[in-house]
Amino acid sequence: MVLGNYKQVIAARSTDAEILRGSQDGGIVTQLFAYALDAGIIDGAIVAGPSDEPFKPEPMVATTREELLASRGTRYSISPNMSLIKEVTRSYGLDKVGVVGTPCQIQALRKGQLYPVGLRDVPDKIALAIGIFCMENFPYQSIIQLVEDHGATALENVSKLDIGKGKFWIYTERGATVQIPLKVTHKYEQPGCHVCLDYVSNLADISTGSVGTPDGWSTVFVRSANGDDIWAKAIAAGAFETKPIDSVKPGIELVTKLATEKITKNQQYIEDRKTKFTVGKELRNPYI
Amino acid sequence: MGILESLKALLFGKHDVGGEKQDVKPEPARKTDAVKEAGKPADVIVEKKASIIKEPKEEKPVADKITVGHVHMSGCTGCLVSFADNYEGLLTILDKYADLVYCLTLADVRHIPEMDVALVEGSVCIQDHIAVEEIIETRKNAKIVVALGACACYGNITRFARGGQQNQPQHESYLPIGDLIDVDVYIPGCAPTPQQIRNVCVMAYLLLKGNDEQKALAGAYLTPLMNLAKAGTEACGCDVMYNVINQGLCMGCGSCAAACPVRAITMVYGKPQVERDLCIKCGACYAQCPRSFFSFDVVNQYEGIIDAIDAALQP
Repeated sequence: MVLGNYKQVIAARSTDAEILRGSQDGGIVTQLFAYALDAGIIDGAIVAGPSDEPFKPEPMVATTREELLASRGTRYSISPNMSLIKEVTRSYGLDKVGVVGTPCQIQALRKGQLYPVGLRDVPDKIALAIGIFCMENFPYQSIIQLVEDHGATALENVSKLDIGKGKFWIYTERGATVQIPLKVTHKYEQPGCHVCLDYVSNLADISTGSVGTPDGWSTVFVRSANGDDIWAKAIAAGAFETKPIDSVKPGIELVTKLATEKITKNQQYIEDRKTKFTVGKELRNPYI
Repeated sequence: MGILESLKALLFGKHDVGGEKQDVKPEPARKTDAVKEAGKPADVIVEKKASIIKEPKEEKPVADKITVGHVHMSGCTGCLVSFADNYEGLLTILDKYADLVYCLTLADVRHIPEMDVALVEGSVCIQDHIAVEEIIETRKNAKIVVALGACACYGNITRFARGGQQNQPQHESYLPIGDLIDVDVYIPGCAPTPQQIRNVCVMAYLLLKGNDEQKALAGAYLTPLMNLAKAGTEACGCDVMYNVINQGLCMGCGSCAAACPVRAITMVYGKPQVERDLCIKCGACYAQCPRSFFSFDVVNQYEGIIDAIDAALQP
């Protein structure tokens, strides 16, 4: 069950060259929102948009294709997308909301739909929740620490950040590549990530990530009835090129392996919080 | 069912609804129009009037319903308004699941009767002996006491009261009901949202009247809200610092900032920044946080639960 419930899993990439040009992998999130916007499935989407500082994401409500394009790509830092979940239905006036988030943010979204303590009239307005795969996240200051200190590179010169093949990759505008082993990056991870028990956004309508598929492609899990419906329409509209997941390398096994690793490690950490930090006390466990 | 009828009349402006039991002769044309409009409970009533036989309208068996009361302490009635903001959903709840046996504004009942569920709004002024008697009476007469809204749960804005107001300047000490009686369930928030109240209502009904499977689900759903009631009567924006960030659990999703009714929380570098002077101590931020409580048993079933609640609220 490390991969959650899903109706199908496939390898996919956008058929839109413009989207692919600036996307992290297969351009799945941008393409899905662009399609859903066109088709009237959503009025807009909460995405991780650009900000004043390089590679610092800022939650943004995208209501046009241009705004979606501006937020392509992964930033590896925290974008509190849930912070706009109420505002998007108020000053933005959206009735059908798309939202993209990390597994924890999608958990927050679903909890918010079932326990809308402070989210008046929000639960019924979520039209499409796209989750991304996530091993851990970094506070923005950690990105600075990694890129500028460990990587000896000015952040404004960076063209792309990536994590893969056991390394943190920094690509600069002038073509240089810096790699940092993940064992160096671990201590800069956001602490809250270490109690997370979800790798592939089990609660999203559709979740996606690069792991499991070749460069330029993404692995896509279609999960909910709603997600299934929207995915089928998007395929029918020719938004995606797909391949069966068992026809690509490294395939679903790698996703399962990484998900199992993350969940096992974090379950251990949750156990350790009961005994290894304390005498006769426990650190708080959020899960009941 | 006087309350239900008059509510329907109030909300849909069909003032003749109450009179249906006396004499009915609807114009046929109007009847078909009303049926075509569809979906509105008031229209359903109009349709039933078409039956020429003059007999009392058959209600759903009352035996299956739970009895609910709304007890008004020192609050602004915003919680009750929020409950009413379920619109047709409220009518369905009163139609199928609950009889409103006590409610200051809607039920003509003077003393607090016995009931299954008491929804208490507002904090208790301990200088007001009637309020104190009523909250004690509520605990005695209700099987389940629900603190509806932040004032009843945590004191909320009444925490800042210090007396001196006309015409009862000596009324200065307002306590969340949990400081005076045992409380079973908290619904925090200022105001608590219509959807949260609705969900608790449906779940409370399932817990009391459902089959075993439904009871288990409802129990799992309500457990975190019962735990909040056990956890105490103090809430503050500080809770997301004390119980989440300080505990190494925050992952910066921003739920707290979205939930805050007074915009006291902004996300700065991926973590909540609480403007503590703005905080009204409603407890919404912490209760909304996915790292305050999170039950996989419940949330993994989100699709089924949302569908079930939607279905339950169909008129």
